[in-house]
Amino acid sequence: MNLEVLAGCLASGACVVTQISSGLIVGMLLFLVASGLSLIFGVLGIVNFAHGAFYMAGAYFALLAYEQTASFTAALAFGALAAGVIGVAFERFIMSRVYGHDVLMQLLVCYAAILIFDDLVKILFGADYKLMGMPDAFATAPIQIAGGFVPSYYIFMLVMALAAGLGLWLGINKTRIGKIIRALAINPQMVGALGINTKLLYAGVFGLGCVLAGLAGALAAPVRSLTPGMGLSVLIESFIVTVIGGMGSIPGALVAALLIGLTRSFGAIGFPLFVDGLMFGLMALVLVVRPSGLLGAKAS
Amino acid sequence: MDTPILEMRGANVFYGASQILFGVNLAVQRGQTMALLGRNGAGKSTTFKAIAGIAPPRGGQVLLSGHPVSGQAPYLVARAGIGYVPEDRQVFPEHTVDDNLIVAAKRGPRGDRHWTTERIYEVFPILAGMRNRMAGRLSGGEQQMLTIARTLMGNPDILLLDEPSEGLAPIVVRAIGDLIRQLRDMGVTILIAEQNMHFCLGIATHATVIDKGQVVYSATIDELRGNDAIMQRYLAV
Ligand SMILES: Nc1ncnc2c1ncn2[C@@H]1O[C@H](COP(=O)(O)OP(=O)(O)O)[C@@H](O)[C@H]1O
Ligand SMILES: [Mg+2]
Repeated sequence: MNLEVLAGCLASGACVVTQISSGLIVGMLLFLVASGLSLIFGVLGIVNFAHGAFYMAGAYFALLAYEQTASFTAALAFGALAAGVIGVAFERFIMSRVYGHDVLMQLLVCYAAILIFDDLVKILFGADYKLMGMPDAFATAPIQIAGGFVPSYYIFMLVMALAAGLGLWLGINKTRIGKIIRALAINPQMVGALGINTKLLYAGVFGLGCVLAGLAGALAAPVRSLTPGMGLSVLIESFIVTVIGGMGSIPGALVAALLIGLTRSFGAIGFPLFVDGLMFGLMALVLVVRPSGLLGAKAS
Repeated sequence: MDTPILEMRGANVFYGASQILFGVNLAVQRGQTMALLGRNGAGKSTTFKAIAGIAPPRGGQVLLSGHPVSGQAPYLVARAGIGYVPEDRQVFPEHTVDDNLIVAAKRGPRGDRHWTTERIYEVFPILAGMRNRMAGRLSGGEQQMLTIARTLMGNPDILLLDEPSEGLAPIVVRAIGDLIRQLRDMGVTILIAEQNMHFCLGIATHATVIDKGQVVYSATIDELRGNDAIMQRYLAV
């Protein structure tokens, strides 16, 4: 433990700003991945254990598009869309075959998919680390806030993630298709009897969840190194986020992701060897106090 | 006679290995209100599920205006013009009344949009006063009205009502009966499954009686009223 260092940081505005900003972007990436995971669980009733692979796909396809076009906008769009398209194909051809099966079967299928996706990345992009580098538009001096320095790209990530989250929330709650998706989550047979193609909708929702993971991967590409297998730690952390926030709750995912992000960034100073322990401790605490998660529906 | 809006020919339906329907024949003409009567367990709900594509018949056919729909997915059967209202009032409880209707809005099989939310609220004034209420908070009778209204939003050619009076207080049953009569008088074609014969006598124009998965009688409602033997044998409780 390094409590003096933590106290020293908390006493310094610059350090607090730096840690909060890095905690926020970790949290925002987790929020995007977790909200996709949560959306898929809330509507389809399955946990997409392969969700991290779509985060990875988003990052690699963003890199590919960036190398081809030198446009970061194109990179974001292509990364997110590629993840979505792969997601729809994965749902249609593989996951839909194990709906209603034992969770262990679904876990096994997803684990196999993770291994295959990781190997495909090795074949297509190579096994070694890849870096995208900061897009020119953000290669500016960091913004100074209360003595601390925040890269302009962090602000962009924050805004993008919040916009995506808000868009998702509005889409689910205010649009007709969102209302149909919420009905699908509750009574799919009735939705089908009303003339709605539920299989298509399931694939679409799964794809949307993967788009969110892919967007997170694409947004992470300039600030993370890309490796085959980069999806796994993100999957585990976003899984913790959905458990803390409440499975199926998008606002819950936001709160929990920020909590985890800040726990990580401040924990890394105060408890450098116990950061993962802090996260799991937080999850255990929530499971004991509120088993359905902070904002999850009670008694599921 | 014209081609029936809905026709079932020799439908055999199984749940797993056990056969539930045995060669069921049924025909409903445009504008008719057909009562499908029979005791609990006779096979009424199964007949509806077979028509709606949820329990597809293994033999026989379901025809909509002469076109076969059996074997198609339930959503395609619905788009072809079947408006199936299942038993147990399956409203979307965490959607408002308005949103329950919006979810179900679609054009009819010939592109018609006769039923809109405005039109629904004219015909169902009780619902108009609770547009923004969660459907789960409605009374049983109100939920039953909402499920009927919701299915009408899909502009079906025929409305299938599975035991709309089940589990409701007598005064509410009367209100539901008035509503169905009103729809009938507006020209809506209706097939209504009921154990409660008295409920149907004042509503239906025709009746088909089903027992142990087989159709045992089919006639106009007046003929049924005059046939004590059938009523005693299959419908007395
Ligand atoms: N899912 C099912 N699996 C097996 N048997 C069923 C199932 N649903 C209904 N049955 C049986 O089929 C018969 C007809 O049921 P049903 O169509 O619900 O009758 P009704 O609606 O006339 O009361 C009953 O004997 C019932 O026990
Ligand atoms: Mg029944």
